[in-house]
Amino acid sequence: MEPFTRLTAVAAPLIRANVDTDAIIPSREMRTVSKVGLADGLFAGWRYTEIGGRERNPGFVLNDPAYQGARILLSGPNFGCGSSREHAVWALAEYGFRAILAESFSPIFHGNCVRNGVVPVELPAAVIGGIAAQVVPAPQERKVTVDLVRCEVVAPDGEATAFRIDAEAREMLLEGLDAIDLTLKRCRAIEAFREADRSRRPWIYL
Amino acid sequence: MAQTLFDKLWSAHLVEELGSGADLILIDRIMLHERTGGVALKSLAAAGRNVMAPGQAFATMDHVVDTFPGRGDETLMPTGRAFITATREAALAAGLQLFDLADPRQGIVHVISPEQGIVLPGATLVCPDSHTCTQGAWGALAWGIGSTEAEHALATSTLRVSRPKQMLIEVSGRLAPGVTAKDLALHILAELSAAGASGHVVEFAGEAIEGLDLDGRQTLCNMATELAAFSAVIAPDERVFEYLNGRPFAPAGELWEQAVASWRTLKSDHEAHYDHRIAIEAGQVAPMVTWGTSPQQAIPIGAPVPTYDEVADRDSREAYDRALEYMQLASGGRLEELPIDAAFIGSCTNSRIADLRRAAAVLKGRKVAPGVKAICVPGSTSVKRQAEAEGLDRIFIEAGFEWRESGCSMCFFAGGESFGPRERVVSSTNRNFESRQGPETRSHLASPETVAASAVMGRLADPRGLAR
Repeated sequence: MEPFTRLTAVAAPLIRANVDTDAIIPSREMRTVSKVGLADGLFAGWRYTEIGGRERNPGFVLNDPAYQGARILLSGPNFGCGSSREHAVWALAEYGFRAILAESFSPIFHGNCVRNGVVPVELPAAVIGGIAAQVVPAPQERKVTVDLVRCEVVAPDGEATAFRIDAEAREMLLEGLDAIDLTLKRCRAIEAFREADRSRRPWIYL
Repeated sequence: MAQTLFDKLWSAHLVEELGSGADLILIDRIMLHERTGGVALKSLAAAGRNVMAPGQAFATMDHVVDTFPGRGDETLMPTGRAFITATREAALAAGLQLFDLADPRQGIVHVISPEQGIVLPGATLVCPDSHTCTQGAWGALAWGIGSTEAEHALATSTLRVSRPKQMLIEVSGRLAPGVTAKDLALHILAELSAAGASGHVVEFAGEAIEGLDLDGRQTLCNMATELAAFSAVIAPDERVFEYLNGRPFAPAGELWEQAVASWRTLKSDHEAHYDHRIAIEAGQVAPMVTWGTSPQQAIPIGAPVPTYDEVADRDSREAYDRALEYMQLASGGRLEELPIDAAFIGSCTNSRIADLRRAAAVLKGRKVAPGVKAICVPGSTSVKRQAEAEGLDRIFIEAGFEWRESGCSMCFFAGGESFGPRERVVSSTNRNFESRQGPETRSHLASPETVAASAVMGRLADPRGLAR
């Protein structure tokens, strides 16, 4: 996983509440048993004029040339709610997004971001709205910075706002760590726990 | 120190504190389905990793499969077959227990788990599926994860998890006749919003919860993910133990006695601490239906569509207007006057035997209104057979419902089958998102009996009007 430390990039505003994972990647766009080949299906229902089609809807933010190369997404509360499909994060990451700023995230989506090098940044709606207002007149010039080392977001006008992220998630993202590798280093502790647990709860072990 | 049910479940599975704010939690059961599980198994194998406890991992086919009688690996979804065959091959190669298409134990993952005695009180269970919280109804700590997390659970029998905050939702009194767990879930969503339990583990308790049958408890816990909860739990009681006794993967003999003695301690201590407490009065709950494109946009079926001011605390103006436009509704409009194009009974929310019995009671001797496409998809092959043994299939078919094989079906259109553009559907499922059930399909979530009554009336209808 690619480590994330600090990113300055074009930010695209999609300020809506409850953006669900069906909207991020519709079921019909998940065509293969694979983690790749999903970027085309990102936001398909909003991004294209017809279901299943590829003609771009000019009214959708990601089709606006002003937001070309966007790597930061600005959104509303409860982002990534709904289905657990990790394809939503795979599609966002493949498209180029490395950070999402939202008032809150669904817990499963939040976990999926951390496992795929995408930083879920929780900030008050007013802060995100303020950043969006600065970005909109000139998105390519007015870039946004997400600094995971300092845990702050810097708006185009230079104003920094601190954000909180749990220490485990931050470390995973900063170091680009593979959680399975890390946990397998604790294999002996797991085996010992299972052995003791087997005598406490023998009915669990099949 | 007084502990909640969740505290007890967590501490019993705490392998180690990781020193990073997260805990290493032992996972007792892993369930997979062909849409998100196959990719996890494939990725695990590609990395050369093994499943640590394959006997405690299970796979079924539910998401992509067709539900037409006589189905096989081919699906309406163009590449569905690849999901099915990849999952089958990977599950068998990894030594997992597989409930394949023709297996009488096949069904929606959260429906078959208790049928087979896979979920147990006091167990941890994960599945790459957001509705895994359904299984908290059995006193288990069960939560939905992504595919990468599923790989982690398979490879290590653990997950690295930050301890969630806790919310108690205490439901006093009794639900009125004709009001169900689904209505209660939608009522709670309307009260708290779709982010109302964000990241929390929710414990449902109180007289109304104790009074719910086991199918109703699963419906309620199922909808906790729509509150953005980490999961939901209900303290297991004698009805839970009685149901699980003798199930294929449940303990037997002396082990059973030992297990039940342990399970009886699984309840929150008096004075236990929760981060939030919510009180709900069951008597205030009416049959509910959603009007918008989020499950929080729910109202009593007889109530007018709310004005913006009434929902301004949880919906932005844009979201409110967008929902009304998508659903072709107006502020103050009456849902009961809306003609419907289709009616759907199914999904991990409302497809169990009690759901089908209640819907059949409404449908018996009645006909679906002309022009309404009506479909019933039992939650598992076992539920289907039970319903057929009781003659419920005849009631559905004679009323004009299609009677299908088990699967997730048109809860979403992963299987390639969907309702039509701009069709108005009343559905016993869990999500009314834009295009969830078909391109531009307009979904109204409700209880199975409300779906049945609406199918008969040809418009959204209060099932109490058809009560006998």
